[in-house]
Amino acid sequence: MEIRPILASLSKHRIPTVLIVLEIALTCAVLCNAVFMIGQRVSAIRLPNAIDEHSLSMVGLSGTDEKTAGSDIPRNLAALRGIPGVQAAGAISTLPLSHNNWGWSFGTSPDVSVFDKKTVNFSLFFLGEGADKALGLRLLEGRFFNADDYADSSFGSAPLPETHVTLVTHSIAERMWPGQSALGKTYYTTSHYYTVVGVIADVLRPNIDGPGEAANYYSAFFPMSAEGSKGNLRRYVLSSAPGDRDRVMRAAEQKLDELNPNGVTKSAIYSDMRDQYFADMRSMAWMLVLVCVVMLAVTAFGIVGLTSFWVGQRRQQIGIRRAVGASRSHILQYFQTENFLLSGAGVVLGMSLAYGINLYLMRHYEITRMPWYYLPVSAIALWVLGQLAVLGPALRAANVPPVVATRSA
Amino acid sequence: MFGYYLDLALRSLKRHRVLTGLMVLSLALGIGACITTTTVLRLLSGDPLPQKSDRLFYAQVDPNAKEGYIAGQTEPPATMTYVDAMFLLHAHRAKRQAAVALTSGKIAPQRANERPFYSDGVQTTADFFGLFDAPFEYGSGWTAADDEGGSRVIVIAGFLNQKLFGGANSVGKTIRMNDHDFRIVGVLKPWSPQPRFYALDLGGHDYGGDGDAMFLPLKTAMDLKMGPQDIECYNAVTDVDNLAAAPCMWLGMWVELPDQAAVADYRTFLANYAKQQVAQGRFSRDETALLDLMGWLRDQQVVPDDVRLQAGLAYGFLLICVLNTVGLLLAKCLRRSREIGVRRALGATRGAIFGQFMVEAGIVGLVGGLLGLGFAELGLFGIRHQPAEYASLAHLDLSMFLFTFVVALVASLIAGLLPAWRACAVAPAPQLKAS
Repeated sequence: MEIRPILASLSKHRIPTVLIVLEIALTCAVLCNAVFMIGQRVSAIRLPNAIDEHSLSMVGLSGTDEKTAGSDIPRNLAALRGIPGVQAAGAISTLPLSHNNWGWSFGTSPDVSVFDKKTVNFSLFFLGEGADKALGLRLLEGRFFNADDYADSSFGSAPLPETHVTLVTHSIAERMWPGQSALGKTYYTTSHYYTVVGVIADVLRPNIDGPGEAANYYSAFFPMSAEGSKGNLRRYVLSSAPGDRDRVMRAAEQKLDELNPNGVTKSAIYSDMRDQYFADMRSMAWMLVLVCVVMLAVTAFGIVGLTSFWVGQRRQQIGIRRAVGASRSHILQYFQTENFLLSGAGVVLGMSLAYGINLYLMRHYEITRMPWYYLPVSAIALWVLGQLAVLGPALRAANVPPVVATRSA
Repeated sequence: MFGYYLDLALRSLKRHRVLTGLMVLSLALGIGACITTTTVLRLLSGDPLPQKSDRLFYAQVDPNAKEGYIAGQTEPPATMTYVDAMFLLHAHRAKRQAAVALTSGKIAPQRANERPFYSDGVQTTADFFGLFDAPFEYGSGWTAADDEGGSRVIVIAGFLNQKLFGGANSVGKTIRMNDHDFRIVGVLKPWSPQPRFYALDLGGHDYGGDGDAMFLPLKTAMDLKMGPQDIECYNAVTDVDNLAAAPCMWLGMWVELPDQAAVADYRTFLANYAKQQVAQGRFSRDETALLDLMGWLRDQQVVPDDVRLQAGLAYGFLLICVLNTVGLLLAKCLRRSREIGVRRALGATRGAIFGQFMVEAGIVGLVGGLLGLGFAELGLFGIRHQPAEYASLAHLDLSMFLFTFVVALVASLIAGLLPAWRACAVAPAPQLKAS
C-alpha cells in the first residue's frame, strides 16, 4: 500500500488530523495509567494469606471483666466447641486485615534501642490455646506453641507479652536472617526478647500497604494464657465447613451472649471481613474500568465521526479512483491504512505522555513505577480499537459506485 | 441577529442528528464525570468549621530522639505526650485550649432485657465545646474543676440521647458506661463536622458517621483506664497503664488564637517551651508547628488519594471529550463551506459567521451540560452506594449545579472556537465556483 497519497491528503486536513492524533494520544496515556492502577488494586485484593480464610468465622467479645478472663475464656471456648459443625475454636487478639494493629519494632542484636534505624516493625498477634488450629496456620519449620508455652505467658505492665517464644512468618525470617534458618534465633527490643520456635507460611498484617511489599507479611505470633491476657484475647475464631459458617457464627454469637450478659458481641465471617477491607479498592477498580470503557467508546465514536465526514467529503474522489481501476479493497485499505498511521502517531505520543503522567503520579501519590509492558499493550489496544472504529465508514467508502465520478458534486 | 443564528444552528444540528447526538453525548459524559468527582473532592476538602477555622490552631512538639532528625525538614509528630499537653493546657496562653483523644465505651441500656452496646467517644478537656462551637440541645459542657477532679460527668450526642431517653432532656440523669455511673451534663444537637478534623491521626474514620456519641473529661477516662484509640511510643515503655508518665504520644492539642499577634505570641511560647525542654534534656529536637485548621487538613492529606486521582482522571477524560467535540464540529463546519460561501457572498460578515458557529457550539454545550447534570446525579447516586466512608455525603449543591453549566459552556465554546474560526476564514469565491 502506497502511503504517500495518504500523507498528502492528511496534510491537507491538518487540523482534524492533529485533533484525532491528540485524542488518541490522551486516551492512550490515560488508559495506560488507569489499567496500571486497576492492576495494582486487583493484585492487592488477591494477596495470598496463609490462614483457612474460607472456613473461618469470628465472634468478638468485649466489655467483660478482665479479672475473670482466666475462667471465662476456657468456659466460652468449651461452649463454642460444643456447637455442631465447629471443627476448632480459639481466642486471639486480632486478625489479618482487621485494621486492629499492635505494632512494635525489633532488631537482631541484644543492644538494640527503640531509635535504631535497623529495627523492623512487626504486627503482634497473641494466640490463645487452640487458636493456631482454628486459624489454620501452616507450619514450615519448627513447632507450634506447646502447653508450657501457653501456661508461661502473660501481660505485665509493659506493652509487650511476657514470654520468650514466638512464631514468625516466612517473610520475617527472610528479612531478619536472610539465607539462614530462623529456628532458634532471637529478636530483641530494649526490655524484651523472643526466640523463634517455628516459622509459618505468610500471614497478612491487620493493615497492609500496597501490593508487592514484603512488609505486608511481617506478622509475629505469641502464646497467651487466658489468665494473663489482660483483656487482649477478645476475638473467638471458629473453623467449620464453608457451608456451615453462617449458622456456626450465629450460634456462637448467641452462645457468647448467653454466657456473658454484660458483654458485647460482634460477629463476622472471615471472607466478608476480607472483602470489607478491600471494598474501597474494589469500587475504585470498578470505577476505573468504567472510565476506561466510556473513554474508549468516546474515542471510537470520534474516529467514526471524523472518518465518516472524510468519506462523505471524498465521495467524488473515491468515485474517480474506482472509475480508473481501484478495487473496493483498495479503497477499504486506504482508510484502514490512514487510520493505522493516525493511531500510530497517537500511541507514540500517548506512550511518552503515559510515562510522564506515571512519573508525576509517583511524585505526588503513593504509586509505583509502571512496568514497561503496559505501554505496548495499551498501544495495541488502541490500534485495534481504531481499526474497528474505521471499519464501518471505510466499508461505506468502498461501496461508493464509480459512477459518482461522472456526477457533479 | 441572535434569534436568526439560533434558528440556523438548530436547523444545522437537526440535519446531522447522529453527529449532534454524538457531540452532545461525549460532552455530557465528560461533564458528568467532572462534576461527580469535583463534587466529591470539594466536599472532602471543604472547611468543617467555616466561622472560625482561621482562629483554630493545632500545636505540635517533638519528643522523638535525635536519630533521623534533619533540622527544618523533619515534621513533628501529630500527637503529644500527656506531659506536654498538660503543660500547654495549664499555661492558658490561648483564648481556649483542649487536648483530645478518642476512645470507646460500653453503654448499659436503660431498659431491662436490652443488650449493652459500644459507642465512640472523645476524651477531652472543658474548653472543647466552646473551642469547636459544638451546639448544645440541653445543658452545657463540664468545667475546668471537673477536669482537675476527674468527675464522672458526660456530654452525649443527640442520637444517643434519642436512643437512651427518647430525646427528652436527660441532663442530670445517670448513664452507666464501662460499668461506672456518669452524670449527663449536656446533650449536643446533631454535630458531625466533615472531615472530623479534631480527631485526624487519633484513630478511626475521617469522614461520615453521625459524629461521636459521647464526650468525657480526659482525667476521668484515664482514671478508668479507657485507653485512647491510638498510641505511638518513642521510648521503651515500662508501664503502659500509666499513660500520664509513659513516653507515648496520643493527644491532639488544639488552641484558639483570636488574631495575628496572638498567633505570633503562641509560636514564640511554643518554640521557647521546646528549647527549654531540650535544655532540660527531655527533648532532643526543638521543632514545633502551629498550623491553622485548614493547613492541618492539608498537612494530613485528609482527602483520600483515590478521590484526587479520580478528579484528575475525570478532567483528563473531559479533555478527551472536548477534543472529540472539536474534531466533530470542525468536520461538520468544513462540510458546510459552500453554505458559508453563499452567506458570505450575500453579505454576511466574518463576525456573523463566527457568531453563528459559536451559537451552534453553545447549544451543544448547554444540552451537553443538561445531560451532563443527569450523568452527574447518576454518578453521585453511584458514589452514595459505594463502601467509602464519605459515600453518604455525596450530593450536588447549588454552586456545583451552576458550576456544571459554566463548565459545559466554557468547554463547548472552547470546542467551538477553532471550527468557528476556520468557518469564518472560508473564502466565498472558490466555494461558489465549485458549484
